[in-house]
Amino acid sequence: MSETEPVIIVKDLVKKFGSFIANDHLSFEVYKGEIFGFLGANGAGKTTAIRILCGLSSPTSGEIMVAGYNAYNEADKIKKNIGYMSQKFSLYEDLTVTENIRLYGGIYGLSRKEIRSRTAELLEKLEIASVKDTLIRDLPLGWRQKLAFSVAIIHQPGIVFLDEPTGGVDPITRRQFWEMIYVTAHEGITVFVTTHYLDEAEYCDRVTIMTDGKIMALDTPLNLKKQFEVNTINEVFLKLARNT
Amino acid sequence: MQDQAVIIRQVSKSYGNTRALRDISFQVGKGELFGLIGPDGAGKTSLFRILTTLLLPDQGSVTIEGYDVVKQYRKIRNLAGYMPGRFSLYQDLSVEENLKFFATIFGTTIKENYHLIRDIYVQIEPFKDRLAGKLSGGMKQKLALCCCLVHKPAILVLDEPTTGVDAISRKEFWEMLGRLKAEGITILVSTPYMDEASLCDRIALIEKGSIMAIDRPENISGSFSKPIWAVRSREMYPLLIDLRQYPGVEKVYLFGQYIHLTLGNEGQEPGRMKKFLEDKGHEEVEIKVITPGIEDSFIELMSQQKRHE
Amino acid sequence: MKKFIGFIIKEFHHIFRDNRTLVILFGMPVVQLLLFGYVITNEIKDARIAILDHSKDIVTREITVKLLSSGYFILDRNLSDDSEIHSIFQQGKVKEVIVFEPGFADKLEKTGRAGVQILADASEPNTAKMLVNYTNGILMGYVQSLNRLQTQQVQIQAEVKMQYNPGLKGVFMFVPGIIAMLLTLISALMTSISLTREKELGTMEVLLASPLRPIQIILGKVTPYLLLSFINAMMIILIGHFVFGVPVHGSLILLMSVTMLFILTALSLGILISTITDSQQVAMMLSMVGLMLPTILLSGFIYPIENMPLWLQVICQAMPPKWFIIMIKDIMLKGSGIEYIWKEILVLSLMTLFFIALSIKKFKIRLA
Repeated sequence: MSETEPVIIVKDLVKKFGSFIANDHLSFEVYKGEIFGFLGANGAGKTTAIRILCGLSSPTSGEIMVAGYNAYNEADKIKKNIGYMSQKFSLYEDLTVTENIRLYGGIYGLSRKEIRSRTAELLEKLEIASVKDTLIRDLPLGWRQKLAFSVAIIHQPGIVFLDEPTGGVDPITRRQFWEMIYVTAHEGITVFVTTHYLDEAEYCDRVTIMTDGKIMALDTPLNLKKQFEVNTINEVFLKLARNT
Repeated sequence: MQDQAVIIRQVSKSYGNTRALRDISFQVGKGELFGLIGPDGAGKTSLFRILTTLLLPDQGSVTIEGYDVVKQYRKIRNLAGYMPGRFSLYQDLSVEENLKFFATIFGTTIKENYHLIRDIYVQIEPFKDRLAGKLSGGMKQKLALCCCLVHKPAILVLDEPTTGVDAISRKEFWEMLGRLKAEGITILVSTPYMDEASLCDRIALIEKGSIMAIDRPENISGSFSKPIWAVRSREMYPLLIDLRQYPGVEKVYLFGQYIHLTLGNEGQEPGRMKKFLEDKGHEEVEIKVITPGIEDSFIELMSQQKRHE
Repeated sequence: MKKFIGFIIKEFHHIFRDNRTLVILFGMPVVQLLLFGYVITNEIKDARIAILDHSKDIVTREITVKLLSSGYFILDRNLSDDSEIHSIFQQGKVKEVIVFEPGFADKLEKTGRAGVQILADASEPNTAKMLVNYTNGILMGYVQSLNRLQTQQVQIQAEVKMQYNPGLKGVFMFVPGIIAMLLTLISALMTSISLTREKELGTMEVLLASPLRPIQIILGKVTPYLLLSFINAMMIILIGHFVFGVPVHGSLILLMSVTMLFILTALSLGILISTITDSQQVAMMLSMVGLMLPTILLSGFIYPIENMPLWLQVICQAMPPKWFIIMIKDIMLKGSGIEYIWKEILVLSLMTLFFIALSIKKFKIRLA
């Protein structure tokens, strides 16, 4: 976080669907190696914004640079330089652990040799060598999520997007997961987390809070709590929502 | 009449080799707001399905308001209101049509028990002609709650009603539960959110099919044996690595903006930890001793359970 | 009862809000009917015929021998009176009747001409057409062999009469087939899908936890489709009648009752499928592969059962649509009454009872 090299630059991002404004002049920067929390209620415009940042949808107006590429005409390059993981979709349940790793390695254009060495690395790091031929659906939820995260960064992207990564897992696994995120960020990969689980926000370096398509607050969790004179991000959120 | 609404005795349930519930026993008093707290896959849904007569326990027995869930399941189906974990209303029916439908299948009308749902229903009434599938997450949960209240159940079983719902709706939802409790309805609610525990009269912490603790929320965190140190500095990851090296340290884990740790006999001297960290080059070091929360207790109980295994 | 009506109202909401369902319900019949207007050819062997020989002379006997030794025909019986023709066709086994006029050999010798009447059951138009062609061919062959031996040239005049479907229209025989197919589709597929959808969406969980009895849930789900299927069947018959001129010779009430019976069969199959699986996709596959294909291939709808290998013929007997198609063909095209089709009604009723009993038994009052 001490580094100030921005990897995501968003200036006046506007996205309209007909007359509906899903993103209303969003502006923010995300730095290299930062854990950036993107919070908001359902329908606040989080998903729309993230789709644009991932190169899946193009903005109506505004300047958007992700990993050094323009969101208007370099979406393909953006896609190659980011990783994505969501709680809902990430790994194929009817494939085994190694098959999933090989599949995603292939998708991200790794060579066979690289895939082989990364697979071995991953199995060791996550201590899951014993279940390498087990179908994903037979693994406990916590293991799946850790594996899904590792697979999302298998091609060592500049940025990884996490969509509600730890909802529902037990407190210990959740901490192991966040520790993995810390390690990843420490290695210089930017972690962009969208969530409406506000306790996840407390782990981020900086958070933005969105309501009704606008960014209402953007700061470190600590500063936000100080500013609103409360003890949790949850209360910050409630205060903000009450004002709108 | 007894004063226990739910009596669970030594219930076990397995799916193939997976043991979903292991020898669960507890009671819920009439009019109590009881929370079942645990992560996904802990067995919350299985237990609730047994309570609502949708699953048969392999062993043990359960009675609801004195009726046996296996033999007298029809009685229970009349007097319980159940809200499954997934949104289980008809997405292609409007708000009003859903409510009407659930009233009719319980042989009642919206009017008859309107006083029960009024507080909640007025919030969604402006959208009563909207299809349920087009509602926001919070609205859906409110409608679902209305639908399982409309027959004036003696007991409400709510499986993770606040999962996937935003903070404001969650807060409102718990306020509604508080009002229903005041009406004398027994409420069993499950949640993966540890911070919701304090809103219940009593809670059970469940993990891997076993109940780890049952008590009032304040007693559960009060039973924690050791003080918890909360530490933070500018660089959290190096802090975590360094704290693991601190003498006498027992357990170190991330906790939002802080790192929580417990200490053995060593290392408790004031100022020692701060000096240790500053020597390692940490800036803006903040150290305080805090009272443990439910989540700390959960982690402690989970690791005790692991040691037993 | 109130619960039940409430349930049905809800079910109709589902149906009328789902455009996909509506298209299948009301678009399919028309498209199918038009598509299947085209006919598929089939081959003939051992067709049963009857002969009404008013002449009983050496020539008619020779022709009869030629016909029967051709391998295409088997003599079912000899008739003695014109009045027997209608009833023998209604029994359905005999596909063609050949009538020799009185004094056949005499006429042929004196005038060089004699007349023969070929009557064919054209409710299966392909078969009828081919039978007539084959018969004509054999007659021609016989005449040629006569002419080669003698100086006086003779001629046999064959008068062809198609019974029940004089225009030989393919659509006549396809209307019953399509009714069977669509009723299977709508009743079985739609009910199995709508029941499994409740399971997939989790609403079944709520229904089961409510005081509704399984039978109320089943009937509530099924009744709307019973009505819609019935409307549909009537729609196809109407289109068939007014657009293609397909007749309804028999009793309309009998036709409707038989249709209702078959809808019940299909509905019970749909419920049965939904008790086997929890997923809409599997339910759809089972309905398609398990019900639709047999309806098309093994019911005698397109391919005559009598031309199939024996083991397949045995399987065909177990196909409910086979019996239904026989019945409505008989009612619509031949005007048969209940006395001719009671056997089929009995078979289908027993099948239906079996499926209903099985599906109610398999319907679970709990999850898993």
